[in-house]
Amino acid sequence: MQQEITKKIRSNPKFAELIRKRTAFGWQLTLVILAIYYAFILVIAFAPSILATPIFPGAATTVGIPIGILVILAAFILTGLYVRRANGEFDELNRQIIEETKE
Amino acid sequence: MRNRLLAVSGATTGIAAVLLSAVPALAAGAVEGPVQKQAVNVAAIVMFAIFVLATLAITYWASRRTRSAKDFYSAGGGITGFQNGLAIAGDYMSAASFLGIAGLVYTNGFDGLIYSIGFLVGWPVVLFLIAERLRNLGKYTFADVASYRLQQTPIRTLAACGSLVVVALYLIAQMVGAGKLIQLLFGLDYWIAVVIVGCLMILYVTFGGMLATTWVQIIKAVLLLSGASFMAFMVLAHFGFNPESMFQAATQIHPKGMAIMAPGSFVSDPVDAISLGMALMFGTAGLPHILMRFFTVSDAKEARKSVLYATGFIGYFYILTFVIGFGAITFLMSDASFFTKATGFDKIKDLIGGTNMAAIHLAHAVGGNLFLGFISAVAFATILAVVSGLTLAGASAVSHDLYASVIARGRVNELQEIWVSKMATVVLGIIAIMLGIAFEQQNVAFMVGLAFAIAASANFPIVILSMFWKKLTTRGALIGGFVGLISATVMVILGPTVWEKVLGNAAHSAPFPYDNPAIFSITLAFIVTWLVSVTDGSQTARNEEIAFEAQYIRSQTGLGAEGASSTH
Repeated sequence: MQQEITKKIRSNPKFAELIRKRTAFGWQLTLVILAIYYAFILVIAFAPSILATPIFPGAATTVGIPIGILVILAAFILTGLYVRRANGEFDELNRQIIEETKE
Repeated sequence: MRNRLLAVSGATTGIAAVLLSAVPALAAGAVEGPVQKQAVNVAAIVMFAIFVLATLAITYWASRRTRSAKDFYSAGGGITGFQNGLAIAGDYMSAASFLGIAGLVYTNGFDGLIYSIGFLVGWPVVLFLIAERLRNLGKYTFADVASYRLQQTPIRTLAACGSLVVVALYLIAQMVGAGKLIQLLFGLDYWIAVVIVGCLMILYVTFGGMLATTWVQIIKAVLLLSGASFMAFMVLAHFGFNPESMFQAATQIHPKGMAIMAPGSFVSDPVDAISLGMALMFGTAGLPHILMRFFTVSDAKEARKSVLYATGFIGYFYILTFVIGFGAITFLMSDASFFTKATGFDKIKDLIGGTNMAAIHLAHAVGGNLFLGFISAVAFATILAVVSGLTLAGASAVSHDLYASVIARGRVNELQEIWVSKMATVVLGIIAIMLGIAFEQQNVAFMVGLAFAIAASANFPIVILSMFWKKLTTRGALIGGFVGLISATVMVILGPTVWEKVLGNAAHSAPFPYDNPAIFSITLAFIVTWLVSVTDGSQTARNEEIAFEAQYIRSQTGLGAEGASSTH
C-alpha cells in the first residue's frame, strides 16, 4: 500500500514539477541570504572603511547603518517571498498531487 | 561569542548594593533615599509577581489540557503559525540578547549590529531548508527526523547527546546570568534567584508541558517587544524622530567618538568572523529547543508562517536594541547618577552594574521607577521563558529518545513516557540549579558560543543530511555527528577564551588560535559523515538508501505526517 502510493506519486509529473520548482527556489534564496551575509562579513573583515563613509558630508550616520538595517530587512523579505510562494503556488500543486494519489 | 554576551557583568552582592543604594540618586535628585529605594524594588517585585501568578494560572489551565504525549511534547500540534512565531521569538530573544547586545552597542556602537545580524540570518536558512521537512517527518524531537530511516538506537543516542550537551551549556549560561541579573535588579541573594528560576521552570514544564511553555514564551515576547518598543520610541522622540541627530549626539558624547559608527575591533580576524557567522547561522538550525517548536503547529504551511513571523519579530527587536544602545549612550553618558563615581568617571567602565545594565538604566531614564520595575520584571520573565523551553527540549531527549526508543526499545505506553519526561524535567531542573550555583564565580560567557558551535557541528549536519542525502548511513551519521560534537568542544577548550581566560593559562599559549571553531568543526563533521557513509558497504546501509524514497515523498508532500490532535 505504502509502496504503491510512493510509486504513484513518483510517476506523477506534477510531483517532479513541485520538487524541481520548490527545491530550486529554496536553494536560490539560501544562496542569496548567504551571499548577502558573507558579503557583509567580508567587508567588515577586509574593508571596514567602506562602512565608515558618512551618508552625506558631515553626517554622523555612516553607510554601515542603513546597510546593516537592510540586511535585517532582506532576511525578513526573503522569508516572506518564500512563504508566499510555498503556501500558495507550491501547496496548491501539493494538494493536487495528494488528491490524484487518492483516486 | 566573546565574553560580553552573557556576562551580565561581574555582578557581586557589592555591586548590587551599590546599584540599589544609588537608585534613589537616579530619581531626579530626590532626598528621601530609603523610600525611593523601597519603591523601586516593590514596583519590580509586584510586576514580576503578577507575571508569575498569570503564568502559573496558565500552567494550571494547560495542565488540564495536557493528557497525551502529543499534548505534552507538542501542545497537541494545535498552535497557530502566528502564535508559534511569537513563541519562537520568545524562545530566541534571551536576556543575553536584550541586555548583552544593548550593552555591546553602548560600548562599541556599530559592532552590536554585526552581532544582531549574525543571530538573525540563520532564520531564513531554517525556513528554506529545514522547517517544512522537519514538520512533515518529525513527531516530537529532531531525532525523529534524523532516525526516520536509520537505526533508532545509535541515532537517537547521538541526537540525545547533542541535545543534552547544547541544553546543558545554554542552561548554565542562562542560570548564572539569571542569578546575577536578579541579584542586581531585585537585591535577592544569588542562590535564591537561581532556586526561584529553577523551581518555576520545573512547575511550568512538569504540569503544563509544551502548552504552558509556549504561552509563557508568547507572553514574554509580547512584554519584551512592548517594553523595548516604548524605550526606542522615547529615545527617538527625544531626537524628533531624526536618527541623524541621535547619532550626532552619541558621537559627541561617546569616548570613542566617530569610531562607534563603523566596524571596530570587535571583529578583527577574518577567520574568526566567518567562523562566528557560521556558528550563529547554522547553529540556529541545530538548536533542539528551537527545532522542537516546529512540531507544535498543525502542518508545513503553519511551520513556514512561524518562521516568517519569528524572523519579523526578532529582526524588529534587534533594530530596537540598536536604538536602545544608542539611546543609552546619549541619555546615560552625561548623567553622573548612573555611574559609580560622581566626577571623572569612565563612561564605560564605571557604569553602575557594568555595561550590560545600560538598557536597564535607560528604562529608568525614559520611564521612571515604574518602567524600571517593568523592564526588570520583563528581564526576569525572559529568562524563565528561555530556560523552560530548554528544559522541555532536554527532558524530551531523555524520555522520547533515550528512554522510549533506546532503553525500552519502543515497548512503552504514553503514560510511562510522559511520567519519565516529567521526572527528567525535575532532575534537569535540580541539576540546573546546582550547576547555576556551582558556576557562580565562573566566566560562562563562552558557553552560549559553544552551544551554538556544537548545535552547528553535531545536530545541523545530521538533520540536513538525513533530509537531503539518500546515501547517508547510520554509521556515517553516528561517527560524523560525534566527530562534530567532540571537535567543536575540544577546539573551544583549546581556544584563547577558555584556555587563557577561563583556565588561566598564559596569554598567547592557546594551542588553537581561534575563539570560534565552527568553520573547522562543521566542515570536519560533513567530511567524516560523507566519507564513512560512502565507504559503508553493509546491507543495512543499502536498506537505508532504499528507505530514503518513502521518506523523501513524505518530507515533500506531508503525506502521512503527524496531524494536530487538538486546537488551542
